[in-house]
Amino acid sequence: MATLKLTGVRKAYGAVEVLHGIDLDIRSGEFVVFVGPSGCGKSTLLRVIAGLEDITGGTLEIDGEVVNAMSPKRRGIAMVFQSYALYPHMSVYDNMAFGLTLEKAGKAEIDRRVREAARLLQIEPYLDRLPKQLSGGQRQRVAIGRAITRDPRVFLFDEPLSNLDAALRVQTRIEIARLHEGMEGTTMIYVTHDQVEAMTLADRIVVLNKGHVEQVGSPMELYARPDNLFVAQFIGSPAMNVLPATIEATGETTRVKPQGGALVSVPVSTPTAAIRQAVHLGVRPEDLTLAPAGGDGLFRGVVTLVEKLGEVTLVYLDTGGEKPLTAKLAGDVPLERGTTIALSARPEALHLFGSDGRAIRQRMRLAA
Amino acid sequence: MPAVLRQTGFWALVAFIVLFSVFPFYYAILTSLKSGTALFRVDYLPTSVSFANYAGVLSNGVFPLNVLNSVIVASVVVAISLFLAVTAAYALSRVNFAGRSLLLLTILAVSMFPQIAVLAGLFEIVRAAGAYNSLLSLIFAYMIFTLPFTVWVLTTFMRDLPVEIEEAAIVDGASPFTIVTRVFLPLMWPALVTTGLLAFIAAWNEFLFALTFVSNNDTRTVPVAIALLSGASEQEVPWGTIMAASVIVTVPLIALVLIFQRKIISGLTAGGVKG
Ligand SMILES: Nc1ncnc2c1ncn2[C@@H]1O[C@H](COP(=O)(O)OP(=O)(O)OP(=O)(O)O)[C@@H](O)[C@H]1O
Ligand SMILES: [Mg+2]
Repeated sequence: MATLKLTGVRKAYGAVEVLHGIDLDIRSGEFVVFVGPSGCGKSTLLRVIAGLEDITGGTLEIDGEVVNAMSPKRRGIAMVFQSYALYPHMSVYDNMAFGLTLEKAGKAEIDRRVREAARLLQIEPYLDRLPKQLSGGQRQRVAIGRAITRDPRVFLFDEPLSNLDAALRVQTRIEIARLHEGMEGTTMIYVTHDQVEAMTLADRIVVLNKGHVEQVGSPMELYARPDNLFVAQFIGSPAMNVLPATIEATGETTRVKPQGGALVSVPVSTPTAAIRQAVHLGVRPEDLTLAPAGGDGLFRGVVTLVEKLGEVTLVYLDTGGEKPLTAKLAGDVPLERGTTIALSARPEALHLFGSDGRAIRQRMRLAA
Repeated sequence: MPAVLRQTGFWALVAFIVLFSVFPFYYAILTSLKSGTALFRVDYLPTSVSFANYAGVLSNGVFPLNVLNSVIVASVVVAISLFLAVTAAYALSRVNFAGRSLLLLTILAVSMFPQIAVLAGLFEIVRAAGAYNSLLSLIFAYMIFTLPFTVWVLTTFMRDLPVEIEEAAIVDGASPFTIVTRVFLPLMWPALVTTGLLAFIAAWNEFLFALTFVSNNDTRTVPVAIALLSGASEQEVPWGTIMAASVIVTVPLIALVLIFQRKIISGLTAGGVKG
C-alpha cells in the first residue's frame, strides 16, 4: 500500500536540466507506465523516485511522507533493471536473499520468502545456479524475484523486457501483469519504449517528452482523446496522420480544409474568430477506410506503397501533401502501386489541433 | 605451405622466448648443484649432483632468518597495499568528488620518481621515526612503489564493474562497505591476485632500500643477504652458494604464481548484466 506524490520534481546534472518540474499523483496499487522518446528522462525520473539520483528541486512523497533525502532502502522500493544487474558470484538463491540478509531477517523467514517468490516466477529449479548458467528470460525473472522477496511498497521497472526476444517478451509481460494482480496494493511504476507493453500493462500511462509530462491518462483515454499533437503521434502505431489544414467555417461543428484533402466537418465547436486559422487535422491510419468505388471520400491520391502484414494492409497514399498518408486497412486488400484511390473516415474519428499543438476538444454537449 | 611456415615460425618464436627467459634460471640451478672446480666449467647438462651448496647456505645461520624477513615484509606490504588500494579504488572509481582525476594522476606520478631520488629523504624520515634497522622501515618504504600501481589498476578494474550491480546492491540496502566487501571483492579476484603478486615480487626483489635502511645482519632481506654472501677469502666469490641461495628465493615466487594463476581467470562478472 503506497501512494506517491511528485510535486514540481526537477533534476539537473550540473547546468543541464533533465526534468523540468514533474507533477504526478500515483494511487496505491496502481500500475503506472512511463513512456516517451529516447532521452526524454524516463529512466532519470524512475531513478529519482528510487533514490539513486538526488532531487534537484521539488518534493517526492511516499505515503504522505517527504522522502527526498531518504535512502532507497528506507523508501521501501525495489527496482528491476534493464540489464538484470544480478550479483554474478552469487547463486540465484543468494541473489534473491541478499537484501533480506542485510536486513538481518531470520533464516527461516528468508527461506520462506525466497522459495515463495521462486515458485511464483517458476524459477525453483534454478535456485542453486549462477546467473551465467541461466538464459536471458530466466535472469530477468530472477531479478524480478529479487525485488519481490523484499516485499517493497513500490516496484520500479526500467525497461525490464527490452533485452528479451519477442516471444519471451510477450510471455514475461503477461507474467508481470499476473504478478501485479496477485500483489494487491503494491504500486508499480514501469518504464518502457514499447507501446504494446504500455497499453496492456498500464492502469495509467504518463507520456513524457523532453523532461515534461505531456499527458497522464488511461491507455484508452490517451488513444481516443490525446491532449496534444505529441501524444497523438506517440500513441498508436503507425503514428496518426497529421495534415496542415485551415478552418473554413466555425460554429457548432467546424469545417476544415486539409492540405491534399476535401472540405470536411469535424464535430468540435470553434469560435467565430477562429475562421481561416491554420490548424492540424489528425486521423489515425486505422480509422481510414476505402471509399466505395466512384465515391469522393475524404482524401484522394495515388498508392505509393503497399505493405501486407497478414491481418492488416498498410497503404501509403500520396495526396500531394508533404508526407504520404498512411492507412491501415483490415485484411488483405488487393491494391496495386500506382492506382488512384479515395479514403474516408467517420467524422468522430477526426482530431483537430490548434497551431500550438493543443487539442481542440469536442465541447461538452449542452443539454439538448 | 604458408600455413606450415607460419606455424613453424610461431613455434620458433615461442621456443626462443622460453629459452631466453628460462635459460638464466636453468643455468643457476645447474651451477648450484656443482661443487669445487666444476663451477668454472661450462656445462649445459648436469654432470654430477651435489647439494653441498644448499646445505652451506641454509646452515649459514642468518640466511633462513633473512628469508623469513623477506616473507614478512612482502606479505605485510601486499596485505596493507591491497586493503588501502581497494578502499581507495572505490572512492576513486565510484564516488564523484572534485579533483578526482587530479588525485589519480598524482598517485600515478609518485611512481615516476626513481628510487635513488627519494632515497635520502626517505632515510631521514625513517631515522626520525626511529624505524632505522627495522623491517617497519622497509614495509613503509615499499608502499611508495606498490601503492601507485595497485590503486591505479584496481581503480581501473572497479570502474569497469557494471554500475547497475552496485545500484542493485544500494536498492537492496547495502552500505558502501558491504558493497565493497560482499559484491565487489568477489568479482575482483583476478585484479587482486595480479596486483598482489606484482606487489609481492617487487617487495621481494627490492635491493636499494633494503641495503640502506637496514645494517643489521639479522634484519636483512634476501636480495641484500645474497649480495653480501662472502666466500672463505676476500678474493673468492662463492658462486655455488650464491646460486643455491638464488634458487631458494626464486622457488617461492614460482610457487605463488602457479598457485594463484588459477585465480587469474577472466569472466567472473559473466551473467551479471546484459552486455
Ligand atoms: N549523468 C548524467 N549527466 C548528464 N546528463 C545525463 C546523465 N544521465 C542522463 N542524462 C541526460 O538526461 C536525459 C534523460 O536521460 P534518461 O536516461 O532519463 O532518458 P530515457 O528517457 O530513459 O531514455 P532511453 O529511453 O533511451 O532509456 C538524456 O538527455 C541524457 O543525456
Ligand atoms: Mg532509459
